[in-house]
Amino acid sequence: MTEATRLRSRHMVNNVMLGLTGLFTIIIAGALLFILGYLFINGARNLDFAFFTQLPKPTGETGGGMANAIVGSAKILGMATAIGVPIGFLGGVYLAEYGNKSFAFAVRYLTDLLNGVPSIVIGIFAFTLVVLKAKHFSAFAGGMALGLMMIPISVRSTEEFLRAVPNGLREGALALGTPKWRALATVVIPAAKDGIITGIMLNLARVAGETAPLLFTSLNNRFWSPGINQPTSTLPVMIYTYALSPYDDWHRQAWAAGFVLLMLILTINVSARMILSRSRYSGGR
Amino acid sequence: MSIPMEAHERTPETRVPRASPPMNDPAARATQIADATPAPNVAPAPAALFAAGVGEKMRATDLNFFYGKAQALYNISIRIPTNHVTAFIGPSGCGKSTFLRTLNRMCDTVKGTRVEGDVQLDGEDVFGLDVTSVRRRVGMVFQRSNPFPKSIFDNVAYGLRVNGGLSRAEVAERVERSLVRSALWDEVKHKLHESAYGLSGGQQQRLCIARALAVDPEVLLLDEPCSALDPISTSKIEELLLTLADSCTIVIVTHNMQQAARVSDYTGFFLMGKLVEFDKTEQIFQAPSRKETEDYVTGRFG
Ligand SMILES: Nc1ncnc2c1ncn2[C@@H]1O[C@H](COP(=O)(O)OP(=O)(O)OP(=O)(O)O)[C@@H](O)[C@H]1O
Ligand SMILES: [Mg+2]
Repeated sequence: MTEATRLRSRHMVNNVMLGLTGLFTIIIAGALLFILGYLFINGARNLDFAFFTQLPKPTGETGGGMANAIVGSAKILGMATAIGVPIGFLGGVYLAEYGNKSFAFAVRYLTDLLNGVPSIVIGIFAFTLVVLKAKHFSAFAGGMALGLMMIPISVRSTEEFLRAVPNGLREGALALGTPKWRALATVVIPAAKDGIITGIMLNLARVAGETAPLLFTSLNNRFWSPGINQPTSTLPVMIYTYALSPYDDWHRQAWAAGFVLLMLILTINVSARMILSRSRYSGGR
Repeated sequence: MSIPMEAHERTPETRVPRASPPMNDPAARATQIADATPAPNVAPAPAALFAAGVGEKMRATDLNFFYGKAQALYNISIRIPTNHVTAFIGPSGCGKSTFLRTLNRMCDTVKGTRVEGDVQLDGEDVFGLDVTSVRRRVGMVFQRSNPFPKSIFDNVAYGLRVNGGLSRAEVAERVERSLVRSALWDEVKHKLHESAYGLSGGQQQRLCIARALAVDPEVLLLDEPCSALDPISTSKIEELLLTLADSCTIVIVTHNMQQAARVSDYTGFFLMGKLVEFDKTEQIFQAPSRKETEDYVTGRFG
């Protein structure tokens, strides 16, 4: 092969590769836009004010809304955060700042495993632990299942963002005679705060759409469910139930619910990214 | 000249603290200097190293330091004079920072390290004292300025608040005094509550000095504080060190030979983990007693 042909074939390979990567990018973006657009058209069209304010109508009647599911989702996500985030946060602080090597390695490995456990298995776990014990489905059981799912990512994101804090800040605080816990609480964690909050929000967005664990735990409810000890309606489970029903009106409401859920998740996601991008220590990897 | 001492009988694996002998008798002081003679292959420091009336603030005796298995310091013995500026020079990687960090126990923060020998502050073993009180008394300024992501005021007040026990007015007063001492007050007095990150590099470094001064340290350690600064900021910090030395013992690591000559009263030359020579600064730069020192200060090194 002469130099010229070699050069030409290299150019060709380059162009083909560039073309392929471009093509697949378009396919991915296209698929995403298609899903969003489809959901938007079907969801927004079927969304009305009653959706946010009314309870579901009894089977066979049209109209009504999912006010109880919106509140139920908020309640369960709140509980999940209250359970998963503190545990994950403290674990992450430990791994980043205190952990001895081999123990930290084991903990990291186990959190990664926990992260890989299928959500339905987590659901069965919470079902066995809470629902069977209490002999009834409850919002608490759902919050517990989702909270468990939030732990691994809370641990790892807290750890990552603490590691991204320059060591000079730790040393600066320690060199003033600050006890380590105090340096952590007043300098290191505040410096990583934006990243940690972002991690929590993305984590929340991820579990907000979980359906399988809730089918075993909070189940569903056509009415308001006060407190945390009763079966509770949530958006994902409502979508599941309504979409599988034979009624057109329910299908329409399922679309609307899907749209609302997606908007919720998108909002959380976008605000998380905004927090992170204005952050000074956005470090990460 | 050298009188055998318990320091030399110590087994390397144990670190036995030792009470400091009285310092007021000049003759005794001269003997102690001889006692503090470093490793055998190193020139003894001249007996009349400290002028009369100069006390000893810190002392290291037969100090060895290890990062895991790698030894970074070998038998360092030195006395740091009270309220004077002591400079450490030496090529990169020779252990200057490591030695500095043993003086306020910042070396504790690196995992897998080991110290042998002892370090004393006013005759007390720093490894026997509470680590936070050692660091409060022996402040440190780092090569890369490291202001906290807080306001200028909160940066300087940080150490005061950690210590507690001061009213808000007292804190504000100490903050102002520290900023004045670090020659930063005029530049920041109108924006005390703005982020410290809005300051220039030189101002940030002076802020770090103010932060260290706020807690009134007895000793201030500075590890290449000017290496990232322009000549004007550098000369400001040098002036500052000269004034601070009235009330504070200063130890500075520098790669800049002129800087060592300008600011310090005593200079130590490190080479490959050993303190090769420690003497009055003029002596080190004009008539060093060791060939290695001469080669280094005249730029003929390596
Ligand atoms: N955290 C660490 N872990 C392992 N080895 C280290 C560590 N810090 C320093 N060392 C080693 O210890 C020796 C002395 O390092 P030190 O940082 O004290 O040198 P230095 O004189 O301050 O150099 P420089 O002028 O470049 O700052 C070097 O060989 C270095 O590789
Ligand atoms: Mg150094």
